[in-house]
Amino acid sequence: MTKTQDTSASSSSDPKSGAAAEALTPIYEMHRSQASSLLEVVIERAIQTSGISAVVLVALIFLFLIKEGVPAFFEIPLSSLFAARWYPIEDYFGLISLVAGSLLVTVGAAAMSLPLGLATAVFIAEIAPSWARDFLKPFVEVLAGIPSVVIGFMGMLVLAPFVRTALDIPTGLTAFTGMLVLAWMALPTIVSVVEDVLDSVPKTYRDAGLALGLTRWQTIWRIVIPAGRTGILTALMLGIGRAIGETMTVMMVTGNAARIPTGLADIFMPVRTMTATIAAEMGEVAQGSAHYHVLFAVGLVLFLITFLVNLMAAVVVFRQTKRAERLLS
Amino acid sequence: MSIRKRFQLISLVLAIGSSVFFTGCLSQESALVDDAAVVTIQNKGSDTIVNLALAWAERYQEYAPNVSVAVTGGGSGTGITSLINGTVDLANASRQIKTEELEAARENGIEPIEFVVARDAIAIIVHPSNPVDTLTLQQLSDIYSGKIRNWLELGGEDRPIVLLSRETNSGTHVYFLEEVVRLGNAEDTTLFSVDTLLLPSSEGIGTEVRQNPNAIGYDGLGYVTDDMKTVAVSKGEGEAFWPPTVETVNTGNYPIARDLYIYTAGEPQGAIKTYLEWILSAEAQQIVLDLGFVPVSYE
Amino acid sequence: MSRQIAQRIAFALITAAAIFVIIPIFFIVGYIVFQGLGAINWEFLSAFPRDGMKAGGLLPAIVGTLLLTAGTAIVAVPLGVGAAIYLSEYAKDTTTTRAIRIAIVNLAGIPSVVYGLFGLGLFVIFLNFGTSILAGSLTLGIMTLPIIISTAEEALRAVPQSFRLVSTSLGGTRWQTIYRVVLPQALPGIITGVILGLERAAGETAPILFTVAAFFLPQLPTSILDQTMALPYHLFVISTQVPGMPLSIQYGTALVLLVFVLSMNLIATLIRRHYRHQRVW
Repeated sequence: MTKTQDTSASSSSDPKSGAAAEALTPIYEMHRSQASSLLEVVIERAIQTSGISAVVLVALIFLFLIKEGVPAFFEIPLSSLFAARWYPIEDYFGLISLVAGSLLVTVGAAAMSLPLGLATAVFIAEIAPSWARDFLKPFVEVLAGIPSVVIGFMGMLVLAPFVRTALDIPTGLTAFTGMLVLAWMALPTIVSVVEDVLDSVPKTYRDAGLALGLTRWQTIWRIVIPAGRTGILTALMLGIGRAIGETMTVMMVTGNAARIPTGLADIFMPVRTMTATIAAEMGEVAQGSAHYHVLFAVGLVLFLITFLVNLMAAVVVFRQTKRAERLLS
Repeated sequence: MSIRKRFQLISLVLAIGSSVFFTGCLSQESALVDDAAVVTIQNKGSDTIVNLALAWAERYQEYAPNVSVAVTGGGSGTGITSLINGTVDLANASRQIKTEELEAARENGIEPIEFVVARDAIAIIVHPSNPVDTLTLQQLSDIYSGKIRNWLELGGEDRPIVLLSRETNSGTHVYFLEEVVRLGNAEDTTLFSVDTLLLPSSEGIGTEVRQNPNAIGYDGLGYVTDDMKTVAVSKGEGEAFWPPTVETVNTGNYPIARDLYIYTAGEPQGAIKTYLEWILSAEAQQIVLDLGFVPVSYE
Repeated sequence: MSRQIAQRIAFALITAAAIFVIIPIFFIVGYIVFQGLGAINWEFLSAFPRDGMKAGGLLPAIVGTLLLTAGTAIVAVPLGVGAAIYLSEYAKDTTTTRAIRIAIVNLAGIPSVVYGLFGLGLFVIFLNFGTSILAGSLTLGIMTLPIIISTAEEALRAVPQSFRLVSTSLGGTRWQTIYRVVLPQALPGIITGVILGLERAAGETAPILFTVAAFFLPQLPTSILDQTMALPYHLFVISTQVPGMPLSIQYGTALVLLVFVLSMNLIATLIRRHYRHQRVW
């Protein structure tokens, strides 16, 4: 999500974390000993528990995925898991085609989404007149609100046939179509975060640029954007996270053929993503079967990938903050 | 209004709202307990059968208003799994239950009973502009295993063949794999070509076939609409080609015909038994015909 | 190349890109409205589907989505606002707090289908709730939690420190300060966040696929252990599984879902804007 993830990303590096509470703690403690009631104590315990809940839930999800997913590695020989063919009803459990499919679509979507998102954010933040800005910001958020099944529906009925006829390829249900749709879906996240980043670049930077005789464009391109590059990187990471996790849209527009893409031409061929596989096959698996465990294993892989992406984003932000602190101290 | 008053107002509204919600839920529940008992039959499984099951459920409401049938799709595999897990009363399947599934059910203390409720032809569908009219089973097997890749090899235009299929959880998919790709040979291990598109459901195939001249797909007769073209199939070289119709299925001429099943957990009793008997009655079988499937022939 | 010309070209490209992004939004919404408006009438919104769902209305799906949204709110709001209060007013900068923040960021990034998997494994199977509104609400609730925590915390932090100082100087305890001063001030922001979170939950399909959604139910759910139909799943089903489904019904369903979701967006935006003007700081 747009605003919210940007907050989490930036506030985790916010040195004032908890400062509001900390400064007043002595006074709070003093008043507490004077006037606390049982109700207050209960409520405060509840609040503390809610706080921990996030950690508990992540751990729970992770443990569950491990509990149901790891058995797959014991039931199915590794050579089979790394084989080329995914055909679970005949015990072919080659995960490579699925992982490759997800990665192909995600990388392509990110590659398209970043420049477009950057451009749109620059447009909204720097170029558009303020009346347009008030209209465009919520408008891009509208895009974030459109349910993925609606976009998949339109992609299947309108975009896929168009892609097929426009590019003269055998079918419009391809990785490329998936990339287009995903790039577009990741845009609100990227635009929102980048726009906030650009907004937070101090006016003095722009003034300095103009004072030195740079044009507005040069100021933007050489000063403002580089100043915000951490935030832009964060936006990219969030966009990637959004793209790799998307399920319904890719299920409806990528064709779901478990092929391993080997060359550039394969962008215009169907692929099968990890997310679509889980959604399509989970309903039919017998609990506790090898297929069931493998699907959970795929879920585990997805969890780990998004975890890593978030971790990288956090590390980058952290490093940048440290650098800024050093420079300013 | 002061801030505190506003806060209190909002809390009040929320409290009223949630209590209305809860009261509504609870009162509905108790109201139903007071009325004549409403029986719910859980019906799940084959996506091929799902629309038929739905039509049956709707019509049956007129006969037995206190019996409501909840219909869900998900594929034959899904239905049978739910039967094994004991979460469903009637499992729809467009393929027979597998030995492993039978064993798993018995381990859970459930004895699946099979009923043939309709018959179906698997139609081979192509774009209306496709000049190819006839195909043999061997050709279909070669097409779907990836050996034949261009329509030119079949007497059609110079176009790549785009293979459309149902997902692996579909009974139709499994049936097609066993009877067409593997030509009924239980020892054969040929698979669908890796380039086969596995589409979410029957209409996914329909949508693509309707607008893509390169495409070939397969699905139940009930899913063929006028804007698609069906191909006549023959058992082999030199044999007659038969189009998929109710007649050719009934006479046994159409090579890719199959039974559609409902499985119950043990011998059906009570409302389930009545429902099943109704499904096999003339009226329900007329619905089968109306939807494009083949009624079960019975004396 | 003169710098002025470079600027003109750059700006032109950027504007083109922005238009390229924005136009399809108009197109999609407009096209759905255009194709779907014809199907909307009172029957469509208040009747059950009939004739194999090719005619009739969307009532069970609409009710289902409303129930699931309410269920999500019940699960996510107390927990989420509580966690936000904790992070903003109680937490010190310790490793635990940092761990909580990392956890929230991670929860926000988990793909929706993995939530569905988790919900299936834990609520449907392990806790034996079966496919039910209960399982679905819990799954959607956990998925919505990070959004609510983030926006609520932002809203709480936005309340200036001076408010808290005044409250404590008058002798208020921590909880009294929160309950009587900070929370009421932050409420509009919190409500905005809750609505945005619920908007997301209402539109999701993957988490409800194996935890609650049904293809067709002949009557409305009567208990939280019942399955239910839901708008996103319904749209998915009628666009991929029912032959001969009139396009107008497909677009009509898409339109209803879109209106449902976007009106929540609109309400949230209006609340945010209204209270931003009204803010006393």
